Amino acid sequence: MERNQMHKHIFLMRQSFFDQGLLDEQFIQLEELQDDANPNFVEEVVTLYYRDSSRTLLNIEQSLEKNPLDFNKLDNYMHQFKGSSTSIGAKKVKAECTQFREYCRAGNGEGCMRTFQQLKKEYAILKKKLETYFQQTRQAGPSETACRPRMN
Amino acid sequence: MNPSNGKGSMPTASSSAAWKAGDVVPDQFPAGLRVLVVDDDPTCLVILEKMLRACRYEVTKCNRAEIALSLLRENKNGFDIVISDVHMPDMDGFKLLEDIGLEMDLPVIMMSADDGKNVVMKGVTHGACDYLIKPVRIEALKNIWQHVVRKRKNEWRELEQSGSVEEGDRQQKPCDDLDYSSSANEGNWKSSKKRKDEEEETEERDDSSTLKKPRVVWSVELHQQFVAAVNQLGIDKAVPKKILELMNVPGLTRENVASHLQKYRLYLRRLSGVSQHHSSLNNSFMSPEASFGPMSSLNGLDLQTLAVTGQLPAQSLANLQAAGLGRSTAKSGIPMPLVDQRNLFSFENPKSRFVEGQQQHLSSSKPMNLLHGIPTTMEPKQLASLHQSAQSLGNMNVQVNSHGAQSSSLLMQMAKTQSRGHILNESAGSHLPSLPSSIGQPIMSNGIAGGVIGRNEIGDNGRGTGYNNQVAQTSSMLSFPMNHTTELVGNSFPIGSTPGISNVTSKGAFHEEVSSEIKSSAGFVSSYDIFNDLHPEKSQEWELQNVGLHFNASQNANPVQGNLDVSPSVLVHQGYSSRQGSGQNRNISALGRTMFSGVEATGQGNAQIMDQQLSNLIVDNPVRVKYERFSDTSSQNALFADHFGQEDLMSALLKQQQGNTGPAEPDFDFDGYSIDNIPV
Repeated sequence: MERNQMHKHIFLMRQSFFDQGLLDEQFIQLEELQDDANPNFVEEVVTLYYRDSSRTLLNIEQSLEKNPLDFNKLDNYMHQFKGSSTSIGAKKVKAECTQFREYCRAGNGEGCMRTFQQLKKEYAILKKKLETYFQQTRQAGPSETACRPRMN
Repeated sequence: MNPSNGKGSMPTASSSAAWKAGDVVPDQFPAGLRVLVVDDDPTCLVILEKMLRACRYEVTKCNRAEIALSLLRENKNGFDIVISDVHMPDMDGFKLLEDIGLEMDLPVIMMSADDGKNVVMKGVTHGACDYLIKPVRIEALKNIWQHVVRKRKNEWRELEQSGSVEEGDRQQKPCDDLDYSSSANEGNWKSSKKRKDEEEETEERDDSSTLKKPRVVWSVELHQQFVAAVNQLGIDKAVPKKILELMNVPGLTRENVASHLQKYRLYLRRLSGVSQHHSSLNNSFMSPEASFGPMSSLNGLDLQTLAVTGQLPAQSLANLQAAGLGRSTAKSGIPMPLVDQRNLFSFENPKSRFVEGQQQHLSSSKPMNLLHGIPTTMEPKQLASLHQSAQSLGNMNVQVNSHGAQSSSLLMQMAKTQSRGHILNESAGSHLPSLPSSIGQPIMSNGIAGGVIGRNEIGDNGRGTGYNNQVAQTSSMLSFPMNHTTELVGNSFPIGSTPGISNVTSKGAFHEEVSSEIKSSAGFVSSYDIFNDLHPEKSQEWELQNVGLHFNASQNANPVQGNLDVSPSVLVHQGYSSRQGSGQNRNISALGRTMFSGVEATGQGNAQIMDQQLSNLIVDNPVRVKYERFSDTSSQNALFADHFGQEDLMSALLKQQQGNTGPAEPDFDFDGYSIDNIPV
């Protein structure tokens, strides 16, 4: 039926997140925390993440405009940002964070800026996809079968 | 994010219910474990809270370290374990760790996305009972209760081992005594204790639910009495039973005294150990250390060796101190060279500017003062003693690691040193970031440490209490701001964050920067004491002397105890202030307290006020740091006593340093402390 198709669609969407490396195991941890008491826990956390991390990103952005670059500060911001990205399982974003920090340590401002652009891109892509995912999940309602495919 | 609960009351209330009947506890445990989680990242905080709830724990979340500390203070027995992030904007996680260890002696788990060896090592040296790498999985949280149980077990073991505990009596007494214990004890514990009495005591003790023992608050007064008793008996002959008799404090049990004595001994040992290492440390410090990260391999090795063997080679001490200062992970004892320290600081925390500045001072000054508090300018005697006590220090360090308190003493010493430096450098800000109170830096004892401790205290609200704790816990730590060394440096300046000011006086956590001046002086006093102690031929003597010093201060003056609401033994601070005059002390302590509670925002202002007050106090009554015993050897003390004000102290130190050590660069505040300079 329509509903089942929706569920299937959502299921595949979710699976694609893992297959494409957008999300990792940590996201599943969040899903497992979701229960009847907190039926939208994952969405709440992700929303919180995007709200809070946007501030950090702004700080980084502003810091990158300074001259000379304060790598120490940038590294600290990024550490912060990486921490929260990691906690929701944002795999690709996390990878960019790591790369960024490497450039910071090396004092490579050029590399930092490049990586940061890439990071913002990944960040935005994930945000969009998750928004769609949650929206559809809520529309579809609870699934008949409690299927929760494990990664690998 | 705001703390989910306004205070710990909520979790406490519910957890009390859970723990109420002794028989209920064991069945449900670890469910109902009261966890305080601190993380500035709201996403992580929410996730952790959910995970912990899923483990059936009672969770209180907190996004700021200061709030966490005040929650912990308000509710002394309201939490069983604390989980804290390492990188937080308002306070370094390691500093918080130290403070908690000192003041509340709760198990603390650190967590971070950073899994670098250095950071993890830092956690170890600062006394974290575990280190989790983010992202934290729920499986990792399921077993955190083991740390609570383990700590209780160790505490019991400590009681048994300390002093002269009669065999048969030991098992029975703790249970009984606990019931009588002066500190608040939740009913549940008592009931579980009673159950324990009926059964095999030893086994029962292992029961997690019955492991909790009431905490005795070692107030300044109490600690003074303790020190007096110890000195009267002689450190060699000081056994808990006799001390208890001499003290004649109703409600105090032999176990309490035994435990406190043990800590005190560690503290003294640490002091002596530090002094020994001081000279060697200096050298090692100078060696250029590259990074924040691992100190030179030598250092790292030393530290590890120290940790392993319990013997802290001078180098390790230095490292520890350095580590403490620079917030580096437990690097070997070798004090990190200023450069490194700077790196450490900066690396660790942007706020480390102070540290860096200090470091520069440190580096610039003679290497003697291992910044970390290792008395660089220690007199030859001291040096000798330091070397001698290296081992003990090592032990102390080791212990420190396990218990923040222990290291805190060292750290405090180091911190003192640092703070002093800071004081000189930053006369304005009473925040001496200096004290690398962190456990890693046990070497603070340089004497500066005493002063430093004060500094840090201000910076870190928590520190203040930590300080007190230290006193209580390590007994010798009196003036040592346990604050993380790194923290101290960086944090000490921002007073706002830490009600440290009050700490100085009340909490005994000199760390608090607030009273940096006072602290520093106090710290000095303590440090002096320590150094004085160092001078004495025997380490034991030192210990006593140190103890005496601190206590002297308090003994001389009316214990301000009343004033300070500090829970742990604020003795050290109090001692000083009390010397000044109880009235003054009161003011200060009151001020400190006010500062604490209020304060966070106005920490700076308060701190300054506090400092002034403190310094006034101090100036008025030169701390007679030295005990009678010390008087001969502690020329340093005399020096310190004369210069109580922050500036005075600093200058005194510098003078000493310069005088004794020659080219002690003024910048190197720590050097100023160096005992060496103090003419005997």
